Amino acid sequence: MSRAFARILVCLAFCAPAAAQDVKKEIERYRQMVNDGSPAELFELEGEALWKKPQGPKQVSLEKCDLGLGPGVLKGAYAALPRYFKDADRVMDLETRLLHCMVNLQGRSREEATKRVFGNADRPSEMESLSAYVAAQSRGMKMAPGESHPKEKAAYELGKALYFQRAGSWDFACTSCHGEEGRRIRLQELPVLLNPANARSVAASWPAYRISTSGFVTMQWRMNNCYQQMRMPEPAFGSDATVALIQFITVTGKGEVYRGPGNKR
Amino acid sequence: MKLFSLLLLFPLFPVLAQPTPKDVEKVMQRDFHPRGQAGMDRIVQDGLQRVCTDTRDRPPAELARQLEADQMKTIAFPQGSLIGDWKSGERIAQNGRGMQWTDAPGTANGGSCYNCHQLSPKEISFGTIGPSLAGYGAKRGNGPDVQRYVYGKIYNAKAYNLCSQMPRLGYSGTLTEQQIKDLVGLLLDPASPVNH
Repeated sequence: MSRAFARILVCLAFCAPAAAQDVKKEIERYRQMVNDGSPAELFELEGEALWKKPQGPKQVSLEKCDLGLGPGVLKGAYAALPRYFKDADRVMDLETRLLHCMVNLQGRSREEATKRVFGNADRPSEMESLSAYVAAQSRGMKMAPGESHPKEKAAYELGKALYFQRAGSWDFACTSCHGEEGRRIRLQELPVLLNPANARSVAASWPAYRISTSGFVTMQWRMNNCYQQMRMPEPAFGSDATVALIQFITVTGKGEVYRGPGNKR
Repeated sequence: MKLFSLLLLFPLFPVLAQPTPKDVEKVMQRDFHPRGQAGMDRIVQDGLQRVCTDTRDRPPAELARQLEADQMKTIAFPQGSLIGDWKSGERIAQNGRGMQWTDAPGTANGGSCYNCHQLSPKEISFGTIGPSLAGYGAKRGNGPDVQRYVYGKIYNAKAYNLCSQMPRLGYSGTLTEQQIKDLVGLLLDPASPVNH
């Protein structure tokens, strides 16, 4: 496993231009090998412990958290997100809903619960591990986000409009990089998420373990990091804007069988 | 009674209508916050960003010509040769940092050129959002007109193609006059690896 990775690094540094295709093949081969025993499983285990751990002023666990299918129901819950929640009167993705439960069930402040939502290789965040644990309970199930409630429809439309909104120091929209098939940044291929085929593989594989940074990454992180690279200010964690983009991508990619949490490059 | 029926109808429209760029801007003003050097002023679209969003990057030809002419006026062309140091240009082209909320303000920004373009054939890790620029100067020469075009294109790409995906690197304050000259050198100097 590490030998294959070392070969990729050596190749990235020294291979002739003609070998760019070989590098890609090596990365793909490495990814397949790692998939047999993904580090994502470690995050799932950590997430299970956190799910069951009493926390906050109320010293209760998240085991009664309603992710849409009833309090404590985990099986298939992720595959049905994002969705409209009556108690919050808004559409929520997994992370936004987890935050809702931390605040309303455990009595934690929003500020405390969002202090460190994105972790790193040395210290993953609570949100990342919980996302891994919950998402894993939808493995093998078809992605079917909510799309009948007017607010679910509105979130889809807002997400689509955000995808095309050009702004910031560099005039970027999502489409600047994810707008035309077959384009790359450096060697990284860029899925056009207006295309259901591309959105399906995204919906089916996030959240995921990211090999290049040895960390676990979530969709809220993906939105945040894209806006950072777009030279924009920061979108608030769990805001309507980020949920709308996730709603748009997930609805576009609906119907795919969930096979995550797996690996990314 | 009239007011009551208006209130009943009102929520239906924003829910079903497709949000305009102005609506989206309002949502972003509410849901985003400044961080580091990235202030909320960046959310506010200028005329060009608005037109390109509205038309999905396909503006009507006459409007595009007018707005491109406006963008052309923003370019401050320096006097004399525009060909700077290609070695410095290569470093600027490689550097993908700058202008992000994680980047310290006041430090030199990169141009992120290799993110989207092939330049020196020695660099195999290049993007393909923009065209390949390998052999650029070897194919076009490096006379005053070519220098001026390359400088202007880097300073404000929108003066030449209104809804180009390329950032306005000079206009936005990302790159200095000297940095842009060094990038012109990278593309046009016969000694630059781009031309080998």
